[in-house]
Amino acid sequence: MKKLVSNALMVWGAMSVVTATSALAQTHSTSERAGELNLRQGVTDISGQVYDLHMLMFSICVAIAVVVFGAMFYSILKHRKSKGAKPAHFHENVKVEIAWTVIPFLILIFMAVPAAQTLIAMEDTSKPDMTVLVTGSQWKWHYQYMDSDVSFYSVMATQREQIENKFDKGENYLLEVDRPLVIPTNQKVRFLITSDDVIHSWWVPDFAVKKDANPGFINEAWTKVNEPGIYRGQCAELCGKDHGFMPVVVIAKTPDEYKTWMTEQEAIVKQAKEEEARLLAMSMSKEELMAVGEKVYNSTCAACHMPTGQGLPGVFPALKGSAMVLNDKQAHIDIVLNGKSGTAMQAFGKMLSLKEVAAVVTYERNAWGNNTGDVIQPKDVNAVANGN
Amino acid sequence: MTKATETLMPEHTAAHDNLSHEHDDHEHHGAPKGLMRWVLTTNHKDIGTLYLWFAFIMFLVGGAMAMVIRAELFQPGLQIVDPNFFNQMTTVHGLIMVFGAVMPAFTGLANWLIPMMIGAPDMALPRMNNWSFWILPFAFSMLLGSLFMEGGGPAFGWTFYAPLSTTYSSDSTALFVFSVHIMGISSIMGAINVIVTIFNMRAPGMTWMKMPLFVWTWLITAFLLIAVMPVLAGAVTMVLTDKFFGTSFFDAAGGGDPVMFQHIFWFFGHPEVYIMILPAFGIISQIVPTFARKRLFGYASMVYATASIALLSFIVWAHHMFTTGMPVFAEMFFMFATMLISVPTGVKVFNWVATMWRGSMTFEIPMLFALAFIVLFTIGGLSGLMLAITPVDFQYHDTYFVVAHFHYVLVTGAVFSIMAAVYYWLPKWTGKMFNITLAKWHFWCSLISVNVLFFPMHFVGLAGMPRRIPDYSLQFADYNQWISIGGFAFGLSQLIFLVLVIKACRKEGEPVTSQVWEGAEGLEWEIPSPAPYHTFETPPKVK
Repeated sequence: MKKLVSNALMVWGAMSVVTATSALAQTHSTSERAGELNLRQGVTDISGQVYDLHMLMFSICVAIAVVVFGAMFYSILKHRKSKGAKPAHFHENVKVEIAWTVIPFLILIFMAVPAAQTLIAMEDTSKPDMTVLVTGSQWKWHYQYMDSDVSFYSVMATQREQIENKFDKGENYLLEVDRPLVIPTNQKVRFLITSDDVIHSWWVPDFAVKKDANPGFINEAWTKVNEPGIYRGQCAELCGKDHGFMPVVVIAKTPDEYKTWMTEQEAIVKQAKEEEARLLAMSMSKEELMAVGEKVYNSTCAACHMPTGQGLPGVFPALKGSAMVLNDKQAHIDIVLNGKSGTAMQAFGKMLSLKEVAAVVTYERNAWGNNTGDVIQPKDVNAVANGN
Repeated sequence: MTKATETLMPEHTAAHDNLSHEHDDHEHHGAPKGLMRWVLTTNHKDIGTLYLWFAFIMFLVGGAMAMVIRAELFQPGLQIVDPNFFNQMTTVHGLIMVFGAVMPAFTGLANWLIPMMIGAPDMALPRMNNWSFWILPFAFSMLLGSLFMEGGGPAFGWTFYAPLSTTYSSDSTALFVFSVHIMGISSIMGAINVIVTIFNMRAPGMTWMKMPLFVWTWLITAFLLIAVMPVLAGAVTMVLTDKFFGTSFFDAAGGGDPVMFQHIFWFFGHPEVYIMILPAFGIISQIVPTFARKRLFGYASMVYATASIALLSFIVWAHHMFTTGMPVFAEMFFMFATMLISVPTGVKVFNWVATMWRGSMTFEIPMLFALAFIVLFTIGGLSGLMLAITPVDFQYHDTYFVVAHFHYVLVTGAVFSIMAAVYYWLPKWTGKMFNITLAKWHFWCSLISVNVLFFPMHFVGLAGMPRRIPDYSLQFADYNQWISIGGFAFGLSQLIFLVLVIKACRKEGEPVTSQVWEGAEGLEWEIPSPAPYHTFETPPKVK
């Protein structure tokens, strides 16, 4: 009896330590949204099926646990020495052993059939209504609509100050991007998924779509969204330093709204092309280039080369005081446009406009005490791009 | 009795007769004194102790890294470490716990126990035994040292997927590769020793189907080690040459394939999972009958179940890779094969429960850990069954649901079994009963905190929190706070264990009998406590 009391005391002691510390934590808990305990049902037929499968599996597992643990705890309570239990002598029973090999096997078959059906449906990417090429790179997504000229990068929009706890965190902290992917509802959208550098994984929980983006290979996935809305996900495969800062945001619009949106986007693309041609003929001021350059640098380059231009020693080279940045203009423009193979330096030529490349190179050559005084114009960039 | 034993034993007895004088001298000396005892030792008990202490130190080092991870994840936002260092922490935490804590701890237990359980005087290859231990500190110094290099240590996850570990990694990858090579060599040597010992040095009458289950599970584990550690060595070597010597095994631009890396890695990695759990099954199968005072139910089916798990472990590897884009029929094959593993694993759990059924149970510390193992490992096993279902795995994959799953099987599974084993055999090793009050505090604090730590991970995982992220969106904040509190509490609880083990090593406590536990059966309980430095120099007769 004394032993039991001391045991109970110990359990109580250990539990009160945990509850006390957690109560302390609760007082400065940051979020009220603790309601999400389970997988979401999502907004596609497939995600609904996946949810049902999950609940089926979960229920079977709980049932098995109840039976096994029930027998075990019954035994623990009843068959204890302190209650005068005398040990029985049996130590095998062929019938019982066959039964508990065969019954689990039958349960498995019961699970396997619906699982296989759903899997086959999920992997059937045939006959899509439209196709989007999704390309991951460190640490952003690129979307290209295969039936039009529209393509863009989608970068996390949460401010650095929120991450560094200087500003209050917004509602969609870490789950917001500058340009979300837009798709129509009620159409079968096929995703072709690949990567420019390391392996990423494109995941939207509400669609039950998670597919790895493998460099040099193209994976397929599809979805057919039932309800218009904004759906958020994240990169799911460790892809380096900013893996946690690579959200996926998809807006599903009704087919009519989608059409309107697409027409607008096509017009913007056309306009941008004309603007580019116009820029080649003129020169921009250093102030303007520096202003644009700083913006581009902070959104595109600072993740690796750091806002101070000092890089991360041993991983990402410094630009401040770099020989290339201080001297060789051609090589500097070239590495920004075309990247450097065998390293994490990507080809930004297809991500940035001529103006943006010119601006960011100008910025890098004049910021953080680099002070070369060089001014790079869009036409200089165009010349390097065209191999002159 | 095997042929080899027959040829070995007469020589041994002859030596005993002719050189009895020198031999006795040797016995009287017991263990040599000083530091060189440990450096030069070829004694299985000394080497077992070294392995166990090394594993414990690594457990604390890897645990300290987990504390860094949990401190950073206590609140949303970046507070303590930068993302690059965070990634190094998750990577090295995983590597240390797998290769530095769990595996060496099991090898230490094998060293201590296998010779005593089969009635052998020592391991078959004692000098190799010394070597296989003493290369480990170098491997881990190298790995830990890489954290202080320019660019930091490995930051690509313990699974080191290419090309993150090749083109995109820091130069310290070379140190990572060499330290994994050394760990692999150590494991292979340990495994060879276990196999040779069990095949050749069993006492007369110790037939295969009389071997204690810990010996059986370790024998099968040793074969798994020999089969897959070279595969890991191949994988790290290819990473090395891809990074430093211009090969393109995993680079599509040169005709390679990054997904091939994952196939090779998991062909090692899945059997590796069973390397870390089969000896645990053995331990639990030793402990439950002792404290239920009843023979293990279904001994033969336990052996067959272990062997089937080991065989199946070679054909399920791609269930770690369902999202990589395999053909649908491959996905189905790996789903079905994975589900099948739950059959022999289930048999084991049922057998343990049947052993308890109508026994006469008492609940000493080893039994408490064993019971916690059975319940919590089964929870991990059931979430594993859920993960096997490919369509749902697409949702679970690379989320905290997976983190919860493998910590249930590895912490409340493998680590709890190691603690159960230490409490079970510690009195045999030291001759003294450990401090039971401390042990109870350790058990209850660990049991409660470990569940506060890992259980909510299921929820944040299902709600969509990816693993290996240093910062998270706001809906996960509350649970992460709970998880971190559980983590700190679990970490602190292990310091109780540290104090207990130090006290035990200083031989504090009441002396114990040779049987130690009422109901304990087996050769190791027939020798005195503490176990003499040399045991079974004359083989015992096993009835």
